[in-house]
Amino acid sequence: MLLECMMNGHAILYTGVTLAFWSTILIVGICYTIFDLGFRFDVAWFLTETSPFMWASLGIGLAISLSVVGAAWGIYITGSSIIGGGVKAPRIKTKNLVSIIFCEAVAIYGIIMAIVISNMAESFKGNTPETIGARNYQAGYSMFGAGLTVGFSNLFCGICVGIVGSGAALADAQNASLFVKILIVEIFGSAIGLFGVIVAILQTSKVKMGD
Amino acid sequence: MPVPTKCLNMKLTFNVDHGYLEGLVRGMKAGILTSTDYHNLAQCDTLEDMKLHLQSTDYGKLLSSSEEDLTVSLVDSKLRANLVTEFSCLRSNALPPLSTFLDYITYSYMIDNVVMLITGALKQRDVAELLPRCHPLGAFDQMAAVGIARTPTELYSAILVDTPLAPFFQDAVSESNLDEMEAEILRNKLYKAYIESFHSFCKNIGGVTADIMCPVLEFEADRRTFIITVNSFGTELSGADKSALYPSCGKLYPEGLRLLAKAEDHEQVKAVANCYPEYKLIFDDPEPGADFKTLEDRFFEQEVKLNMLAFLQQFHFGVFYSYVKLKEQESRNIVWIAECVTQRQKSKIHNYIPIFPGTH
Repeated sequence: MLLECMMNGHAILYTGVTLAFWSTILIVGICYTIFDLGFRFDVAWFLTETSPFMWASLGIGLAISLSVVGAAWGIYITGSSIIGGGVKAPRIKTKNLVSIIFCEAVAIYGIIMAIVISNMAESFKGNTPETIGARNYQAGYSMFGAGLTVGFSNLFCGICVGIVGSGAALADAQNASLFVKILIVEIFGSAIGLFGVIVAILQTSKVKMGD
Repeated sequence: MPVPTKCLNMKLTFNVDHGYLEGLVRGMKAGILTSTDYHNLAQCDTLEDMKLHLQSTDYGKLLSSSEEDLTVSLVDSKLRANLVTEFSCLRSNALPPLSTFLDYITYSYMIDNVVMLITGALKQRDVAELLPRCHPLGAFDQMAAVGIARTPTELYSAILVDTPLAPFFQDAVSESNLDEMEAEILRNKLYKAYIESFHSFCKNIGGVTADIMCPVLEFEADRRTFIITVNSFGTELSGADKSALYPSCGKLYPEGLRLLAKAEDHEQVKAVANCYPEYKLIFDDPEPGADFKTLEDRFFEQEVKLNMLAFLQQFHFGVFYSYVKLKEQESRNIVWIAECVTQRQKSKIHNYIPIFPGTH
């Protein structure tokens, strides 16, 4: 009966992978507990042994890549609607490029933050937790956090502006007076990307890597 | 996956494959004639005047490019050809699942064509004279083969193997009774299989497409049920035979279908319709002073109302279906006005069904 419910190939795949993943985690956890190896699961060791540079680089990578994903998502959603709507109503072509510009701004925020964050990475001498020092650890974590902040907020901002821009293009094709009103909605959507940039700048304002 | 996630997933990735076509079909929808256009057309005195007025609409030079005499049937065939051109433009650019959806739209015309060709072939009529009368939207490669086959067995294997209608034939008929069955019964059985299949396809897509398409298809199914019941008064079609023709994907299933199978006259049908608020309105007696509308007209009106709702939401397939149906209704309206104009019967000229009333 369970197999009858899972008729779709995708559903079988997703269920199988999820089941395999969680059962591995469960079995490994049980084995560690039984064999009294629980001490090996050491979060503090992980956080102090990994270099702050890893966190910093992850942050920079996420900042730019998630922003670009958001911008790309928004641009293709709006762009395909503009192309489709522009066949029968060619006048919408130029005005609706504003929506594309709003999406593109999201990618620009991402690259600016990535450059700002990467400029804060300096070299330091030290290879044990004591010699590296708390300030370098804090720098690494802050840069990672800032990268996450700006990356995710730009991702969702890009998607939001994209979907609204698509609606704006199609509404403009039907009735030219609607475009300006929908543009206001887009402006609010675009503001949330800016919030991510502001918070990320605050997060990295106290970063000082080095000796 | 829970429905809200599926819905969101559809909105986020719809434009990858179908964004251009949705924009295109909405642009074409903007060209549907408005109440001003209908008003102008109704004022015309000849078909030439109508041709002039249609030139200023989205139809452009459609009618003026022909050399033949302007008759109502020429207008009808030109409008149909226009719709077919637009539909092929959409279909040729479509990717799955939109391509499957658009194919489903053509199957209802294919069923009409196949039934016409089968009856023609069984009466030993020449296939060449039947082919031009087929609806072009329902054309398929093996149409000529249907006419060539001379026995029901050949017909069955010619149809069954190659055409997209094969699954509907499997459900509906077996080989032996292909020639005894009357054309109408065959058509209704095929249509029942088709609309149930289309309904479950839309339901599988889920999300907004299912929200828009399922009520429209349920209405179609119930409309067929009512028409079959009303047309079967006075024939020797038994209740069990009627039940076999009723599609089960509508709102009437199961209680309404059971009651309608037993109905013997118009009053009983009306009693069944009164249990469902949407159909009560259709079967109600008109208010005194209002124009009398036939049952067909009232069904068309309700269909237009349901189809107009498709354009209120974005990122779904319902707009394509609704566009085809509304364009067809527009063709019917124009042909009605043309008939009234040529026969100089202007009293009923305003009995067309307005589409998107209230838009400028």
